[in-house]
Amino acid sequence: MTEATPALQLSGITKRFGALVANDNISLRLDKGEVLALLGENGAGKSTLVSILFGHYAADAGAITAFGKPLPAADPKSALAAGIGMVHQHFALANNLSVLDNVLIGLEPLWRLRSHAAPVRKQLAEAALRFGLAINPDALVGSLSVGEKQRVEILKALVRGAKVLILDEPTAVLTPLESAALFVTLKQMVRQGLSIIFISHKLDEVLQISDRIAVLRAGKLVAECATADATKPQLALWMVGRTLTPSVHPTRQRGAPLLQLDAACTAGHPKLKSVSLTLHAGEIVAIAGVAGNGQAALADLLCGLVPLESGSVRIDTQPLSSSPSACVNTGIGRIPEDRSHIGVVGDMTVWENAVIEDLTDSRFTRAGFVRREPSQQHATALVQQFDVRTQGVNVPIRGLSGGNIQKLILGRVLSRKPKLIVANQPTWGLDVGAVAAIHERLVAACVPVGDGSTAAGVLLISEDLEEIMALADRIAVMSRGQLSEALPKAEWTLASLGLAMTATTDQEITRAA
Amino acid sequence: MLSEALQLLLSDPFWVAVLRIATPLIIGTLGVLMCERAGVLNLGIEGIMVAGAYTGWLAVYLGAPLWVGVLAAMATGGLFGLLHGVLTVPLALSQHVAGLGITLLATSLSYFAYRVTFPKVTTPPTIQPFQAVAPNAMDGIPVLSVFAASTPLTWLAFALVALVAWVLYRTPVGLAIRMVGENPQAAESQGINVTAVRIGTIVAGSALMGLAGSFLTLSAFNAFFFNMINGRGWICVALVVFASWRPGKALLGAILFAVFDAMQLRLQQVPGNVLPYQLWLMAPYLLSIAALILVARKASYPQALMVPYRKGER
Repeated sequence: MTEATPALQLSGITKRFGALVANDNISLRLDKGEVLALLGENGAGKSTLVSILFGHYAADAGAITAFGKPLPAADPKSALAAGIGMVHQHFALANNLSVLDNVLIGLEPLWRLRSHAAPVRKQLAEAALRFGLAINPDALVGSLSVGEKQRVEILKALVRGAKVLILDEPTAVLTPLESAALFVTLKQMVRQGLSIIFISHKLDEVLQISDRIAVLRAGKLVAECATADATKPQLALWMVGRTLTPSVHPTRQRGAPLLQLDAACTAGHPKLKSVSLTLHAGEIVAIAGVAGNGQAALADLLCGLVPLESGSVRIDTQPLSSSPSACVNTGIGRIPEDRSHIGVVGDMTVWENAVIEDLTDSRFTRAGFVRREPSQQHATALVQQFDVRTQGVNVPIRGLSGGNIQKLILGRVLSRKPKLIVANQPTWGLDVGAVAAIHERLVAACVPVGDGSTAAGVLLISEDLEEIMALADRIAVMSRGQLSEALPKAEWTLASLGLAMTATTDQEITRAA
Repeated sequence: MLSEALQLLLSDPFWVAVLRIATPLIIGTLGVLMCERAGVLNLGIEGIMVAGAYTGWLAVYLGAPLWVGVLAAMATGGLFGLLHGVLTVPLALSQHVAGLGITLLATSLSYFAYRVTFPKVTTPPTIQPFQAVAPNAMDGIPVLSVFAASTPLTWLAFALVALVAWVLYRTPVGLAIRMVGENPQAAESQGINVTAVRIGTIVAGSALMGLAGSFLTLSAFNAFFFNMINGRGWICVALVVFASWRPGKALLGAILFAVFDAMQLRLQQVPGNVLPYQLWLMAPYLLSIAALILVARKASYPQALMVPYRKGER
């Protein structure tokens, strides 16, 4: 295999941004027909490396050859011409346009009296058939699921003649079933001679899909090995640079019932259909399920965003308030799914976001004016306590990474000493370090601190089954707006959970198969 | 009164009036629609229509043929569009503010130029405007007789609807325009020059706005008055929403509005009218708002509308 010309050969790639060395003398090889996983934490330099590969950046030093020919630096067009296709984490698609239009854009000269869509339609159908990526070319992209949109992106690259496909954190936005379907597709592509660079920070999927693994840390290539020889702890050590202590789960005392839902129904889509659940103080109850089955409706209901149609919801035996601010004040801590749009106001500063839920608190406001000094001190304390990496509290929060935004949100929630924490996908898309930190805090919140405060209860909504298995005391599965009984964790297995999640959605099963 | 209203709806002169009212709205709406499809709101339309009306008329008054007047109006519109494009695309200024600024600038400049050119007139000077294509030639044939009694600019308006629809939906340029208005990053990553496409589209759209204005001085009337655009530009902005950014529906919306407007003009004159005429004046606007509420609540905007594109930023 090594004698053959590699699909890609990177030698001595170095890229600096000011004082920061994003890529430090990286040499890598990608053979034809293999999946190379690029593993590393957020900020390790993976994205910079592939941006150089795809011609978005020019490397300060080093050279790239594609199929034995040198690749000119910083020229996306020649990267495309050399058969390098890129699927970004944030899709470059237009929602109000059809699939065909999205694939067609840029493929033909601009000045023509009529688009020649027919050959592209044919190519699209061929690629779809060859790799099992069925898609309706006339569907509006906005009407597609996230997994299908990703399919469009892959097809876009294939129609443009990609022989090397770079996937930037492709599973970050997918449900477990969609990920499984993607892996089937990728295997099929590799069998047909395509090469794939798979960027991820998730150890399990890297072990599952790749042939070789290259680990980046702080801009350096710290290790390279065949997947067959790799173990999870070893990879984690390479990636993080230290051993992650498995989170110690303090023994928790189940207290009085904290949250009681009795046949709760909501309107809207998707809606809750007669959901019943009891959550006790000091307990973590996880809601598993495929996205879009009503988990969001449940979270919105508890946060006062969606009104109750029928049934009852009680917090501490009191009926649930019906406005978001009242919910917050009765002691509900909210960790929303869309952290950067719902969780924080991107253009506002870190400190403003830190006190945004406390604007009736006399510590932070006086006579209708915000007290800057105490607010900023509070924010600074949160930033230190929760290890939020930011250049101070006076910068707009949108500049922070997702993990750091999430840590700030968590700090904001916990500083209010909530009774109930509604955590919707709290670690979605975060790297190992941030995930561990957030898990630790959530578990700690369920244990009463010495000063007589009571333990909180956590309602954890997640699609990550490993997360659920690691944290939850009891697990309920949500499907089509209905919630199963919450059974103790010991009574579930990964397999039985997966089955319960999919049992009622037949099309999901066929898609995964 | 009901039978009178019915009779009115069936008469040729009524429909000729409808098309006369609709023509500037059709063309203006197409102009706004193109700009917005590329992701740029153009509130300069009201002023660009004034400027088009003035320059078109002035060119003809100075002796140019009518069609040269039309071209002059389009060139003026294009020029203001270029200004709007430079302000909103590479400089990424607020599209509302830039648009309103252009409306004020173009309106004031036109009035000023008119005053400077004709300092002493009390009755506005007139020109010989476009005439009906073939008056009375098609009498008795429904629809055709109405078109025969309309001017060439009305015919042009209908042709432009088809042309704009073809360009937007059937050509690579149209796809680029729509893509740039939906997701400029995606367009750029496929080698489309977002700045060029946006500015080009604004210039073309604004040229249509200028053309729409010139219809009033070159076809509907024969002179230039102050306040003759009288909010027609704003109606076009609303019609685009009503039309859900589709040329065909824009035509429909403009004609619907014109029907209401023509009806109120006629109903004002019905003898024995107890309602004050101001109520009739309001009618087309009220009905437009009602139609807007019914039709456009679920419209899906071009996703990058009013979002300035800065390269390399998310």
